[in-house]
Amino acid sequence: MTLTAPVPTSQPEAPKQPGWRRRRQSSLTAHGEPMIWLTGGSLAVCLLMIFGLLGLVVYQGGRTFWPREIVRIERKDGGVLFGQVTNSSTYVPEGLALESMSEDSANVLRAAMGDAEDPSPIGRRQLRTENFDLTGTHYNWVDEPLIASEERPEWAMIVERLEKGRFYGEPVAFLVDDEVTAEGPDAAWQQFQDRHGEVRERFERYKTLEDKDLGRAYDKIEDARLELRGVEMRKGSSSAEYREEKAAYDATVAAAEAEAAVVQEKIDGLKAQNEVYALRMRTGDGMELDLALEQIVRAVPTNQLGFGDKVAVYKDRWLEFLLDDPRSANSEGGVWPAIFGTVIMTLIMSIMVVPLGVLAALYLREYAKQGILVSIVRIAVNNLAGVPSIVFGVFGLGFFCYIFGTSIDQLLFSERLPNPTYGKGGILWASLTLALLTLPVVIVATEEALAAVPNSMREGSYACGATKWQTIRRIVLPRAQPGIMTGAILAIARGAGEVAPLMLVGAVKLAPDLPIELSKFPYVFPERSFMHLGFHIFDVGFQSQNSEAAKPMVYTTTLLLIGIVVTLNMMAILIRARLRRRIQAAR
Amino acid sequence: MSTEQEQTITPHVPVNDPSSEPVSGKTKVEGAQIGGLFEAISKGRPVESVVYPDGATEDAVLEIDDFNLWYGDAKALHNTTFAAAKGKVTALIGPSGCGKSTLLRSVNRMNDLIDSVRIEGQMRLNGDPVYGKSVDVIELRKRIGMVFQKPNPFPMSIFENVIYSLRIDGVRNKSTLEEICEQSLRGAGLWDEAKDRLKESALRLSGGQQQRLCIARAIAAEPEVLLLDEPCSALDPIATGRIEDLIEDLKGTYSILIVTHNMQQASRVSDNTAFMYLGRLVEYGPTEQIFLSPKLKETEDYVTGRFG
Repeated sequence: MTLTAPVPTSQPEAPKQPGWRRRRQSSLTAHGEPMIWLTGGSLAVCLLMIFGLLGLVVYQGGRTFWPREIVRIERKDGGVLFGQVTNSSTYVPEGLALESMSEDSANVLRAAMGDAEDPSPIGRRQLRTENFDLTGTHYNWVDEPLIASEERPEWAMIVERLEKGRFYGEPVAFLVDDEVTAEGPDAAWQQFQDRHGEVRERFERYKTLEDKDLGRAYDKIEDARLELRGVEMRKGSSSAEYREEKAAYDATVAAAEAEAAVVQEKIDGLKAQNEVYALRMRTGDGMELDLALEQIVRAVPTNQLGFGDKVAVYKDRWLEFLLDDPRSANSEGGVWPAIFGTVIMTLIMSIMVVPLGVLAALYLREYAKQGILVSIVRIAVNNLAGVPSIVFGVFGLGFFCYIFGTSIDQLLFSERLPNPTYGKGGILWASLTLALLTLPVVIVATEEALAAVPNSMREGSYACGATKWQTIRRIVLPRAQPGIMTGAILAIARGAGEVAPLMLVGAVKLAPDLPIELSKFPYVFPERSFMHLGFHIFDVGFQSQNSEAAKPMVYTTTLLLIGIVVTLNMMAILIRARLRRRIQAAR
Repeated sequence: MSTEQEQTITPHVPVNDPSSEPVSGKTKVEGAQIGGLFEAISKGRPVESVVYPDGATEDAVLEIDDFNLWYGDAKALHNTTFAAAKGKVTALIGPSGCGKSTLLRSVNRMNDLIDSVRIEGQMRLNGDPVYGKSVDVIELRKRIGMVFQKPNPFPMSIFENVIYSLRIDGVRNKSTLEEICEQSLRGAGLWDEAKDRLKESALRLSGGQQQRLCIARAIAAEPEVLLLDEPCSALDPIATGRIEDLIEDLKGTYSILIVTHNMQQASRVSDNTAFMYLGRLVEYGPTEQIFLSPKLKETEDYVTGRFG
């Protein structure tokens, strides 16, 4: 093969004009127009998701307590539904759904759907019917073609009970000592309103007696027993001290039991006064039931309420939600112990984690000689932030509760054994576990804040004859403080919302005894189990028997948890802003 | 690089054994070639400094005695020996990387903060050793004031900035603090501008004001030596002029060691000038003589701008 054409590279190239590489117009990518759309679009998607989440939670959580109207629906097959419409949708009933209902109903639906080849969807409504103790369901669906008649009964009432959830029905009569004193809804409701206040007041009174006075008497017996057990363990059961203590114990028990008996008598009296009253109610399908007045927390004739009354009920329910203990297996009532537990746990966690993390980061950044070892430590700390939180829960249970707590029990509370005091889950151990969980966040944020302090500041301070610690305290820490606060904020946000580890180290379904009790020595009980909003959501929504009934509470509790986390964050942000103003120049 | 190669590259350097015998700079009288001494220095041969300070030795505030410094394996200062006169301004000049700042930072032992630094030799501040096991670095630094290239006021009020050195000594007496603050600000020529805004953050001052504040902070501790590390390099000409006037005012009360890249500045403000090159002190003498009739050709080349 021969080449006839001259090899181009052998030719000397003509000198290029300056700017020969330039184009007439820069490309679209160079201008970055597509990037504006890409970045802006990403932001829009993020915002959409965040606001979608918040919107859903606020909408669902906010409407839970609004007293909605009750309708009474008679079905064509004779059944009656009595409840609040909570949802409506359209669907195409499939074979099984049609087969499971009566032939007549199925035919009605088939007729409503029209063409069997191309069925048109039919509407259906979801009713919250409650009366779980009678019907076994909380919700019912009704297909619109099957509705024979629909009405708003004037006297339909929502009755919130202490136990067994809600009751929907109409008042029939008011009973005193099984004697009907008022017939008809009007009169019965009148009497109910007259009596309900005093009954509830007596109820509160004997609850307080049970919790405080009776509890105190039993605490005395328990304290005496522990003392006796302590003497027995130290001196043996045949010693003179033991006999002496035993006599004292017997005396204490006798006195406390006498005290308890007096209190119990008072309680029984109040209970007896309450027991005579009852409200006879009729359900939608005509069944009559006597409800003890004491069991009724709130009765609302929802179809008669004007807007102002509804707002009042709404407010009342929110206050109950925020300030009361839960009832009806957590599906009703309040979440005050959970709010308290969440806030206290987060505070203890912050108090533990911030100083510890800041000091650790100070050593890492300011004192430690930067080298391989420090790098390894730093990587390890960073990795710690990625460890699944349940692992921390397992560690907390194993280390804090079982090793640490058991040792404390053996040293200080040996007379209470085999009942554990600290050797089980508790708010202190939960806080420490979460402190450990959030420690990497604080360390990393603090380290970054310290690294951002310009070295010229440190040099200036050293040149003035300041020691390392004086420099850190007077120059470095104040400069780094906003960054450190950012770390604390992140830690709080993460810690307050964490649930998984808490299940292992102390969060429980129901713990009406708060970890801080001002009426009982020593006032603070860090060993107590506690309730937590995050765990409450999980438990109420997915673990309780009647979780379906509690679904509205899930949204409300979620709304509250978000509110609390935001509040805690805002507090930290405010503190940071104040620090910034105080320490740095407002340029 | 082997000795043979060096010999071939620099045949005109009349030294037989470069490793043992010091090279001395050729005086202008001898008419040496430009770069002879510099080349010898760049080959790493020992060089004898030409030192003729005017009465500096008898009343020296700072004596530097055969001082060597390494950053890791790299030697940054070679056998530096000279003395700064009390109450005078001593300027250190030389091209970038010649070790002026390193020398300055060695005086108040700021180089201790760098892990890789190793030193040999000794310095004396008013007769007291600067280096040694018995020396308390913190107490030493309190006797020396320092002002850096970039103004570095602390993120606190002007008042707190000035009295920082008293604060860390635990002085609480308010009237003392206020007195020292006014005195130092007056000393730094900032009192009239700052007296009404002492509680304001120092970061609100302009660059030149910030630098004068740093000088006020340094003189508040009444230091025996004031180290100025290119104090005007980040400032505009007007602010520079004010700082130079200030140095003029401080002269006498304070002994000042100033590093500068600005030849005019060195000639304007200093009494003695030291010319350094690649970690060696090349020539040290009264400023007038260094600038007008230096003994070494190399120095003349540098100060006149023909080199460096």
